Amino acid sequence: MSTLTHTHEPAPSAGTTMANGASCAVPHPATTHVQLGHGSGGKMSAALVNEHILPRLGNSVLDRLADAAVLEPLASGTRLAVTTDGFVVNPLRFPGGSIGHLAVHGTLNDLAMMGARPLAITLGLIIEEGLAFEVLDAVLDDIAASATAAGVRVVAGDTKVVERGSADGLFITTTGLGAVSEHFAPRADAVRAGDVLIVSGPIARHGMAIMTAREDLGLGNAIESDTAHLGPLVERLREAVGEHVHAMRDPTRGGVASTVNELAQASKVGVELEERLLPIPADVRGACELLGLDPLFVANEGVLCLFVAPEAAVRALAVLRTHPLGAHATIIGRAVAEHAGLVVLRTGIGGRRVVDMLPGEQLPRIC
Amino acid sequence: MKYLDEYRDPAIARGLVERIRTVATRSWALMEVCGGQTHTLVRQGIPELLAGSVELIHGPGCPVCVTPLEQIDRALSLASRPDVILASFGDMLRVPGSDCDLQAIRARGGNVRVVYSPLDALELAKNNPDKQVVFFAVGFETTAPANAMSVWEAHRRSIPNFSLLVSHVTVPPAMEAILSAPESRVQGFLAAGHVCTVMGYTEYEPIATKWQVPIVVTGFEPVDLLEGILMCVMQLEEGRHEVENQYARVVTRSGTVPARTLVEQVFEVGDRKWRGIGTIPMSGLRLRPEFADYDAEIRFGLSDIVAEEPKECRAGDVLTGQIKPTACPMFGTVCTPSTPLGAPMVSGEGACAAYWQYGHGRLEGTSMTAGAQ
Repeated sequence: MSTLTHTHEPAPSAGTTMANGASCAVPHPATTHVQLGHGSGGKMSAALVNEHILPRLGNSVLDRLADAAVLEPLASGTRLAVTTDGFVVNPLRFPGGSIGHLAVHGTLNDLAMMGARPLAITLGLIIEEGLAFEVLDAVLDDIAASATAAGVRVVAGDTKVVERGSADGLFITTTGLGAVSEHFAPRADAVRAGDVLIVSGPIARHGMAIMTAREDLGLGNAIESDTAHLGPLVERLREAVGEHVHAMRDPTRGGVASTVNELAQASKVGVELEERLLPIPADVRGACELLGLDPLFVANEGVLCLFVAPEAAVRALAVLRTHPLGAHATIIGRAVAEHAGLVVLRTGIGGRRVVDMLPGEQLPRIC
Repeated sequence: MKYLDEYRDPAIARGLVERIRTVATRSWALMEVCGGQTHTLVRQGIPELLAGSVELIHGPGCPVCVTPLEQIDRALSLASRPDVILASFGDMLRVPGSDCDLQAIRARGGNVRVVYSPLDALELAKNNPDKQVVFFAVGFETTAPANAMSVWEAHRRSIPNFSLLVSHVTVPPAMEAILSAPESRVQGFLAAGHVCTVMGYTEYEPIATKWQVPIVVTGFEPVDLLEGILMCVMQLEEGRHEVENQYARVVTRSGTVPARTLVEQVFEVGDRKWRGIGTIPMSGLRLRPEFADYDAEIRFGLSDIVAEEPKECRAGDVLTGQIKPTACPMFGTVCTPSTPLGAPMVSGEGACAAYWQYGHGRLEGTSMTAGAQ
């Protein structure tokens, strides 16, 4: 779950100028009020960041829009990484996890994407009046279990209780602090033409777990979220092929498509995806078909996308597959010098199409 | 997935592409009527694979796109009322009206709910007796039976706080309108399989005869579409103009009789305005007088809300095959999915939106290199 989403593409402008020179009097509604699409991880999210946040708060560290900020080295030479994140999932508990697991995994994964080992996390709980203690305790138990498994402690926190209706059960905010590993510095803008694109496991599971739990589609066996701490997987990569991993990101909100677009644009390379190589579990594919959604844009919470130098691709795959989280790691495409900034997918039948970032929310279709 | 993977089989699809390229002695201009078919074709990159043998003209069969501007404005007006819950299919939420869309109304506090079926909207009405629940009933013949069922059930179960804002359109009059346009280049049609599942295809037989065009009832998966295209091309090469049924695993000649009957009991045929095209006589469905109590336009007095569309939009030229979306000077500059000028840019299934989303225009002059592995 990246702290801020970034794209270099210009956002739609208000007051569009027509061909006859007249100006459309009415600003586009997305520019006057916050909409759900501003939280989708697509172009509207980028507009929120680029037009509202960065102009007011931007600085040399924040402007990088990385998963976590890497601070200036301390006197000891240690470089600290810091990230902050918010969790607002409904339902609070879903097949495969809860908001508690997400809060810890999401925060630690942001650190892991910068090659940082976690030192500590902090926790803010915004609780809606009326939440059952049974629910709260279960979420806190999940937080404790996830943190313990990752060898990290919750070292500070805050609680607020708001009136019924002012929050949806429970919102969680976190901050994660980590120490950056030496000689391992994947960057969003470091993908080179020829790099191989790997995903560490089956995609779109988290988003479809939430969506099917929410809609009660009656699909039989529930799709389970993939929520997981990716740190151990990253650690193995760092040890085996660290210097060859050019870019790495966890494709959370907005899915693999949005993440690969962000990396392609930041690195000014093209990317070719192969549809037939995308690892999409059958139940996820079925649920996506039913709802008219594209799995490439559906969120993951325990999957890693990485661009690795071609000579190290086989080794990277092998080392990923030694860990349960990476058992189904696979190559899905590569970076090319052509069509810089564009992600192009070769379809199963040999055609091709551009895979762009979504303008806003992915909405189920009529037919 | 059974019954799906077979129709996406890459080897079969590539074989059909080869056969089409072999059979066609010239380039034929075919129109796929349905936006769902446009979506699959463009998504799979099929137009590029068939270039020189078949030119695909993308038809007006996207219900979201052709819903007229004033009907959107009426929905926006309803959704802004504190006593109304407006229920809608998800993709109507982003369709711009004259000054905003349903998402914006929702952001300002309007009660807009996404449902998957009009019967869910009926349940909303039952569970919220102090609110008026209006379902935005858009679509072609495909969605008409379920919408008719919701009114039928509201009547049977005496649920008084439920109504429909109706914007139903039908396919055959639109095909005739396209064929009768003097600049039309359409030489054959792929008819929409879902529509024919309900309606059958007897309505198309007089059209094929009168205009001497082949019409092939076609499904929605890549193999369906390629087979439909092949059948259409073979008719053209042989000088035939018949109605054929590629989608026989689903569609019968007379359609689904109980569904048709229900539609006829609840709706009647009337003139209907299409966004980007204008009024087409007898091309829409409206509630019969005996169900007028369930008509939101009457219940809320909406008929004085009218709107005109931007003149710069060349949707009409796109829909009759005069120009490809990328040839419109507004495409991708002024007109994008975030700021659409007209119908085909509005929904993901509209031709302009499909071209935008899947990058046609941006890929020209590039080629795909060897595979990733």
